[in-house]
Amino acid sequence: MLVFAVKRFGVAVLVALTVSILSFSMMYLSGDPAIALAGEGSSQEDIENVRRVYGFDRPIIVQYGDWLWNALHGNLGHSNYLKSDVASVIFERLPTTMLLGACALGFALVLSIPLGVVAAIRPNSLIDRVALTIAVIGQAMPSFWFALTMILWFSITWRLLPITGTDSWKNFIMPSIALGYYVTPAVMRLTRAGMLEVLSSDYIRTARAKGLRPMTVLFKHALRNAIIPVVSLAAVQFGFMLGGSIVIETIFAINGLGFLAWESILRADLPMMQAIVLVLSVFYIFLTFFADMLNAFLDPRIRVA
Amino acid sequence: MSEHILEVNNLAVSIPVPSGMLRPVQNISLHVDRGETLCIVGESGCGKSLTSLAIMDLLPQKAVRTADAIKLAGEELKDARERTMADVRGNRMSMIFQEPMTSLNPAYTVGTQLAEALRRHKPVSANEARDRAIYLLEKVGITAAASRLGQYPHQLSGGLRQRVMIAMALMCGPDLIIADEPTTALDVTIQAQILHLLAELQDEFDMGLILITHDLGVVARIADRVAVMYAGQFVENGTAEQVFGSPAHPYTRGLLDCIPIPGKTSPGERLGAIPGIVPSLVGHMPGCHFASRCPLVSNDCAQQSIPMRDGSGAGHVFRCLLDQKDTEAVSYKGAA
Repeated sequence: MLVFAVKRFGVAVLVALTVSILSFSMMYLSGDPAIALAGEGSSQEDIENVRRVYGFDRPIIVQYGDWLWNALHGNLGHSNYLKSDVASVIFERLPTTMLLGACALGFALVLSIPLGVVAAIRPNSLIDRVALTIAVIGQAMPSFWFALTMILWFSITWRLLPITGTDSWKNFIMPSIALGYYVTPAVMRLTRAGMLEVLSSDYIRTARAKGLRPMTVLFKHALRNAIIPVVSLAAVQFGFMLGGSIVIETIFAINGLGFLAWESILRADLPMMQAIVLVLSVFYIFLTFFADMLNAFLDPRIRVA
Repeated sequence: MSEHILEVNNLAVSIPVPSGMLRPVQNISLHVDRGETLCIVGESGCGKSLTSLAIMDLLPQKAVRTADAIKLAGEELKDARERTMADVRGNRMSMIFQEPMTSLNPAYTVGTQLAEALRRHKPVSANEARDRAIYLLEKVGITAAASRLGQYPHQLSGGLRQRVMIAMALMCGPDLIIADEPTTALDVTIQAQILHLLAELQDEFDMGLILITHDLGVVARIADRVAVMYAGQFVENGTAEQVFGSPAHPYTRGLLDCIPIPGKTSPGERLGAIPGIVPSLVGHMPGCHFASRCPLVSNDCAQQSIPMRDGSGAGHVFRCLLDQKDTEAVSYKGAA
């Protein structure tokens, strides 16, 4: 287990480094950063000045090393627009996005895993078809449109839920559903497929031949094995939700990382965008690392060599 | 005479398929006593496995089981509810399957899976279950049994896994064990060990054993009684001596012609082969199922359903219109 964890962690660090290089080069992708910083119509002299002050005249590898060193120490740069430290703004917004992501994932799992299991127990039954319909709708409907429809019904027509802000738990209901529903189809179908495969396996027959109760067979013996691929998928989807909450946070005006990203794009706040990309990517990498560890815990064939 | 441990009367399985009703198991009647080994032999697809699953009530959902009687130690189980059957399975009647590589749950240790079988049926503590598991693992010839309990199935070889499966079947001290081709997936050297083991354990624990196999060499060594199955029906049923010594049904003779016998089959001699193929079992088939391949077939064979009958009065029954002495001339050698 330890060997596996160390190996997997090493890979995670390598991927994180690669992402940091990509994130760093974003600064150069949009042209000469010195010109961008100096602003329109500035003289050649001003540009050279900026270049020297900000250190853009140094070799690129030195600049990267310097940037990485700072990033590792929590210094992600300075926002030219907000005139403040990027890291502090990001970490102020991150908890909101995490909370939203967690609620959305929770909603998705609570809806999709039971539906997937029931659909697998009675394949091609009415409930299987209902589950399939829910999945198809979830896959086909754009989340922004779903969000707007919910606002129209629950906030405007029936006046049950607040539309914007993060004042109470009620504010998180619609965004969580809108964000989570999009993930539901994949998780449900994977659960169903996994359960169908496992339920027809020899060891389930063995479990029944031992006289185990149907619930024990279903949950202890079948779901435990069928859930393994779902764990990986859920971790990846959680990462998508953190990054993909841009649309949802914008619609519901939730002051999270996604909303910040959208604002930064509008403001051309490059250091902020760069830092958000980096933070989300590193987050994503460690989510997959965490999922692998969880998989190893669930599947002894990974854990015990 | 003591009561049979298992008595099955007129068991049948039917499965709806697009082209009609498939009848893979028909008119199966059998009984097993304590300490007795009944071997069911027949070629692949003749319904041996379905027969055993039907007795355990573990058939696939679509399959329909009918029977006049399925009695375990006198208790009628043919209409038993799932709840009752679950109490019986693994407790009074256990099954060993032919795929040891996939029959254990990969997510749990050997110890967990063994203990679970006992604790489901008996009010014992975790420690008692553990002790029983170690005792039985040693019984089935696994060394360092205590340390095996913490291992996962993927850490064990096929032979070891099948030994674990056997130990699992014995956890509750069942009256009857059904072993469905327990050695098919194993190396030849391991096959013999596992079979000897089964025979020993059966003796020691005084259980009934139904062994399903297509290996006639195995049958000759350990069977008390033999049932020959063809196309969903028993065609011959008797003691090992009766069936092997004086086979009555032309199909049984065919089966015996297909295997080499040490000392009897001379080097270079061609083994027999039964021409033709097994008939489709979809729909109702009147008459003898073997008629299309039988060298002694007559007009009567396909007309009427042929009951099992006792030719000699010694319990040697077979499903043929001819008498045992009439079929003696049948030979399949050189037929192919």
